[in-house]
Amino acid sequence: MTPPADSAAAATPGAMDRRDAAWYADRIAQALIFVGGVSAIVFIAGIFVFVTREGLDFALGPLGLREFFTSIAWRPTSNTPTYGALALIAGTASVTGFAMLLSVPLSLGAALFIAEFARGKTRETLKILVEMLAAIPSVVWGFVGMSIMNPLIIRVFDVPVGLTVLNAGLILGLMAAPIMTTIAEDALKAVPDTYREAAEALGATRWEVVVKVVIPASRNGLLAAVLLGVGRGFGETMAVLMASGHAINLPTSPFDSVRALTATIAAELGDAPVGSDHYGSLFTLGILLFVVTFLINLAADVVVRGIGRK
Amino acid sequence: MFAATPLNRRSHRTQSLAKAVFFLMTVALVVPVLVIVGTLAVKGGPAISWEFLFTPPRDFMTAGGILPALVGTVWLVVVALLASVPVGVAAALYLSEYAPDNLLTRTINLAIINLAGVPSIVHALFGVGAFVLFFGIGASILAASLTLAVMTLPVVIVATRESLQAVPHAFREACWNMGATRWQTIRKVVLPNSVSGILTGVILEVSRTAGETAPIMFTGAAAFVAFLPESVFDQTMAMSYHLYYIATQATDVPERTTYGVALVLIAIVLLMNAVSIGFRVYLRGQKKW
Repeated sequence: MTPPADSAAAATPGAMDRRDAAWYADRIAQALIFVGGVSAIVFIAGIFVFVTREGLDFALGPLGLREFFTSIAWRPTSNTPTYGALALIAGTASVTGFAMLLSVPLSLGAALFIAEFARGKTRETLKILVEMLAAIPSVVWGFVGMSIMNPLIIRVFDVPVGLTVLNAGLILGLMAAPIMTTIAEDALKAVPDTYREAAEALGATRWEVVVKVVIPASRNGLLAAVLLGVGRGFGETMAVLMASGHAINLPTSPFDSVRALTATIAAELGDAPVGSDHYGSLFTLGILLFVVTFLINLAADVVVRGIGRK
Repeated sequence: MFAATPLNRRSHRTQSLAKAVFFLMTVALVVPVLVIVGTLAVKGGPAISWEFLFTPPRDFMTAGGILPALVGTVWLVVVALLASVPVGVAAALYLSEYAPDNLLTRTINLAIINLAGVPSIVHALFGVGAFVLFFGIGASILAASLTLAVMTLPVVIVATRESLQAVPHAFREACWNMGATRWQTIRKVVLPNSVSGILTGVILEVSRTAGETAPIMFTGAAAFVAFLPESVFDQTMAMSYHLYYIATQATDVPERTTYGVALVLIAIVLLMNAVSIGFRVYLRGQKKW
């Protein structure tokens, strides 16, 4: 008996692998999806390449790196231009630092409340409000800093100017809070319930469970949350531009106006002729911002990966 | 039989105190949202009228409405979505359906985190260096939208990946066992079961894109354009940049107008966000598995 032609064909390996339309569609789709998959790498590399391309000639040429990091004189449009970024670095550092003083405790406290204490409707409502906090655009925050916080600070502290480290720091703190709260809450949620149950079975109250079990177990995730919050504050542009006073200054108190790295680029790029030293200097600030945020994000990733291994 | 000892009572007091403190901290974070929205509504509400929404600004922004900025924002958002949704969905499909656990996948994930973490003004520098100058598009809606698309790509990727991974693996196996190719499985089973989750992410992206200012400042947004955009190669006004401009650069703009612009912008953003959240809550109730 000879088997029917079909099954003989099916028995040979080549015939199973029919190269019909569906097979080609599958191949094409897979190729396109792979291109999409690596797009994030292409874009992040593209950002680095293009920002460096415009800034590197200036950074390695006319710019003295010593002057860049030690002088506070940022005068790119003067007749004898100087490019000291120290005051800008200090501006960014002071505003971000002040923001974190406010934001880290509040965000971690909020994450603890939402993850460990709140139940049902309260929990959902708070989570939605935190999400709304994240949704407010940075230009609206900047406007709030100028029009609501500025007069308030002048009145409450009896100071001449309200566009200061305090103003920008408060605003930035609120802006960085949602990302910290959300990621810290995720980290707390990732602690297995069996840990909590074991501690409760030993007679611990919920508070003791949180302090002695949940927080130590989620330490790395909480640290990553703080790092990402710092990165968010460090890179914020419009709100800091509008609320910090935009004055080149080494701050000595929260009531000083300062100018941030990001804000300097936003304020000056429009007036800098393409290819000029001024233009190159702004891209140099961009390289600095890119490198620092990249390191912060990398650190957060390494810290989180630490949990995965355990 | 089990009378509370002083130790019990003390630890319960600590617990109530801790709970109250954490609650107050949460309230301290969320109250500003309500205060801000409330203040903008009270001070900006009187400015809102049909004329405000549907006429262009007049007399150096001190009178008239915001029509070109509204229309410009719609253009920017739509073009940015057209660019980022296909790429973002493809990226999420790769990560969820194909990617093996290897160095490339870890690098992709790190790149996504960084794309979300790079300061918006650095995205603007990239937009200027790449789209405006290198690719010669010039300052235009297209260049601004592409910059926005790159910046908001992580939003689409993360939301899509989550909803793809929520589709049970057994659905895919059943489909493969019928002899379907991977792509047929994705098209007929995985995507239809996750499309609403993807939509939630897209709406969230609309909300993000509409509010961004820094990435469009030098890539296509203009302080004043007398006509409505006709193609993607035109420059345009945009709500976010308009607010920045009249709050910091223009003079003699009535306070009411500035608050009105801020109110309309925040209303668009929060409305989109609310739709996204509502949709998500609804979907959770609908879940079939």
